[in-house]
Amino acid sequence: MIIDFILLFFLVVSAIAAIRMKDLLSTVILLSAYSLIMAVVWTRLNAVDVAFTEASVGAGITTVLLIAALSRTRRWEGNGQREGFKSSKLFDSHSLLSFIAVLVTGAVLVYGTLDMPDYGDPDAPSHHHVAPRYIKGSLEESGVINMVTALLANYRGYDTLGETTVIFTAGTSVILLLRKKRAQ
Amino acid sequence: MKDDIIIRVISNLLIPFIQLYALYVLAHGDLGPGGGFQGGVIFASSIVLYVLVYGIDEGRKRVSQKITDVLNSIGVMIYGGIGVACLMFGGYYLQYGKLPLGDLKEASHLGIYGIEIGVEVTVAAVMITIFFEMARRGND
Repeated sequence: MIIDFILLFFLVVSAIAAIRMKDLLSTVILLSAYSLIMAVVWTRLNAVDVAFTEASVGAGITTVLLIAALSRTRRWEGNGQREGFKSSKLFDSHSLLSFIAVLVTGAVLVYGTLDMPDYGDPDAPSHHHVAPRYIKGSLEESGVINMVTALLANYRGYDTLGETTVIFTAGTSVILLLRKKRAQ
Repeated sequence: MKDDIIIRVISNLLIPFIQLYALYVLAHGDLGPGGGFQGGVIFASSIVLYVLVYGIDEGRKRVSQKITDVLNSIGVMIYGGIGVACLMFGGYYLQYGKLPLGDLKEASHLGIYGIEIGVEVTVAAVMITIFFEMARRGND
């Protein structure tokens, strides 16, 4: 139990630090740390497949690709504000307004979670819809012991095909956009 | 970084094991966590490590542009092709049980292996492609 709070603490700290950082390289590293903590959280929730993806994609290859993207742009974040706008009164009221908007939205979201079933509640609706059918039938119907793989590849094969096509499209777009630039 | 003997030796030691682990993750996707997506990413990261140590040009000698470009689409074609094969043997699209590879359980098991291989190929090739295209600063 206590380790969950420790993980949550570091999760929040790394997220806030990633937002506040002006050095984009540090931001990328902090996001990598965030993904790694998130992978531990998934493991704590017994979602090992998701944890594995988070660790390899989120903490691993995304970090490398973002650093590669940084090598094409700049390392330091610009202040991103229009000139003369920074210290004016108007900006302060703007940030106050957005703070209130975020606060209200967050409160509504927290209020929405109150209706959700408790963690691990066996009477939760999600455990009574299609889940029993998958638990009983997936080994017989797909011949695969890991139920997550059976779901992703068999019951939701179209989804996974779509995901693979998305990856393929991303690769093709990168080739079209960046390689053309090099030839000029 | 290839002048640094420590980095070179350690990465030479690690790369084959990373690639073997990627294949292990693919092959054991039916028993434990993992599968084509994670395996592909891990395989791509071994190539990334090689490029970080030896540089882009040396990396492109090992993994040529042509190969990754072709493999990008080969993976999706394996996936879609297995779906079409299921159609040909009288099933629905991606209904692996209709493949003539034994009984229902065995056929769908092998069908799932097939599509996982397709996912692994595409994911690995795309990640390698993106990395090479992004990190190409010295040349352009």
